[in-house]
Amino acid sequence: MAAVSLRDVRKSYTPELQVIHGVNMEIADGEFVVILGPSGCGKSTLLRMVAGLETVTAGEIAIGGRVVNNLEPKDRDIAMVFQNYALYPHMSVYDNMAYGLRIRGLAKDDIAARVKKAAEILELGDFLDRKPRALSGGQRQRVAMGRAIVREPQVFLFDEPLSNLDAKLRVQMRAELQTLHRRLGTTSLFVTHDQVEAMTLAQRMIVMNGGRAEQIGAPLEIYARPATTFVAGFIGSPPMNLIPAKREGRDALLGVRPEHLEPCAQGEALMTVDVDLIEPLGSDTLVYGHLGTNGAGARVAVRLHQSVDARVGHLPVRYDPAQAHWFDSASGSRIEA
Amino acid sequence: MVENRPWVTFFSHAVLILGVLAVAFPLYVTFIASTHTLETIMQAPMSLLPGDQLVENFTQVLTAGSTKASKAAASQMLVNSLVMALVIPLGKIAISIISAFAIVYFRFPLRMFFFWMIFVTLMLPVEVRIIPTFKVIADLGMLNSYAGLTVPLIASATATFLFRQFFMTIPDELAEAARVDGASPMRFFWDVLLPLSKTTMAALFVIQFIYGWNQYLWPLLVTTDESMYTTVIGIKRMMGGGDSVNEWNLIMATAILAMLPPALVVMLMQKWFVKGLVETEK
Repeated sequence: MAAVSLRDVRKSYTPELQVIHGVNMEIADGEFVVILGPSGCGKSTLLRMVAGLETVTAGEIAIGGRVVNNLEPKDRDIAMVFQNYALYPHMSVYDNMAYGLRIRGLAKDDIAARVKKAAEILELGDFLDRKPRALSGGQRQRVAMGRAIVREPQVFLFDEPLSNLDAKLRVQMRAELQTLHRRLGTTSLFVTHDQVEAMTLAQRMIVMNGGRAEQIGAPLEIYARPATTFVAGFIGSPPMNLIPAKREGRDALLGVRPEHLEPCAQGEALMTVDVDLIEPLGSDTLVYGHLGTNGAGARVAVRLHQSVDARVGHLPVRYDPAQAHWFDSASGSRIEA
Repeated sequence: MVENRPWVTFFSHAVLILGVLAVAFPLYVTFIASTHTLETIMQAPMSLLPGDQLVENFTQVLTAGSTKASKAAASQMLVNSLVMALVIPLGKIAISIISAFAIVYFRFPLRMFFFWMIFVTLMLPVEVRIIPTFKVIADLGMLNSYAGLTVPLIASATATFLFRQFFMTIPDELAEAARVDGASPMRFFWDVLLPLSKTTMAALFVIQFIYGWNQYLWPLLVTTDESMYTTVIGIKRMMGGGDSVNEWNLIMATAILAMLPPALVVMLMQKWFVKGLVETEK
């Protein structure tokens, strides 16, 4: 196991086209870090640079204190799980897991022992003779992880490994990943565009946008104190409401999470929502509408407790000013109270 | 079909039966002719029932060729044809799979230029470049040799193109996974690409086996020695021309022999084909 350091890591394909604009991060030994961002934000590129599948244009990547910029993937002591699993279609599950070990020249018994152990952890024991095509999506996913585990690497790299699974299986695999990480304690870098995955798996996460790390921190810390309007709008479902407002005489954006808007009597209301869409979710109800009474204000979402009777029309709401966030409307960055 | 329309059924069957007859009848006549003596064939109308000369005719062509024109034995010609029909597809597959591997998986200067060069040669059939090719082979002293018969026909843009198209359908992640696993490019080629290409190779083999077996113009040019004749050329040489009588019974026997190996290859490899088509491994 090892720590991973990213020091001002940059990537450009041509001098004009820069896709990673200097990312800095120290990942502790054994930490589970999620790289989260919308598609095209450079998160996969960053991961592939750590893996050695993309070159590093500038900056330094170190694994276990050793700069790996110019090392081949096989010499970096990493294992990678791909989005489409990238299993060798013509090899059995056993051979898929054993292939890398055979290339490294491990003894047959040693390989068999490692594969057996990984198969046990992942409950793949009954499928070792099968070809990948005879497996379900979740089983293939496990084989891909098994292939990573048997290498006993310093770092696991996951490139959106759960996005090809159906919703139910994704939740299950998410839990299994957490268990696995607790059990093996291997430093892990996990790329996803799914904020629920990120929030549930990460010990710390990097929110990326346009090739920049917008914010790095623990999931709840990022949720509670988003550093930019991008992070505020990306984390949370529905995301934080961003309402143009004045703060100390200057244009600013007021950010309030949907759950922090509570219905109240007309007299106490800080704002009124003209509700036009209701989504009952059972545990609570989401209502959407425009601010103000003429339908011209910012669009906001409000999370109501299920006991509240939601209906189309005017909904007076208030919020605790302590739960309000302020952002500079020009730069989008957070204004500390 | 779920519909029950007797006329359509009748009509479609009639067309199919006519089609089968059109193809099968000449084959049948060929076979019948190979079982008669020359005299009985020459009677008009020719008998459409098998004669009693089957063994004699086939023994004659296999051991000694025709009695009047070419004296090349069909057994030797079959061996020659087999060598040609095996070396050409195997050579083509070996060379084109490696060139396709280079073109798809390596970034080298003028990569696309070379690809287009190969591609452009698709437009040049053998016949167009046959004179210069013949000159080269003649100057290299390769006339009347297996090398002369096969080498010029091995280079194949079609096969290279086919393999390239196939390789491009293999997800990049597979190559990357192999890289992370520590496989060198050639190791990836052997352990992953080659096994995955089995079906493509089988298809190419069948097509190119028949291509090699049926070569006519090229062996006609480069073989003058009877011991180097291929079966197809042998048939041509058995027709003496001029005033000599063609021994049609022997020629037909040779024709039957010439038809068997390609038919056999298609029948045996068809199983493989279907297997490959059902098991889409990707």
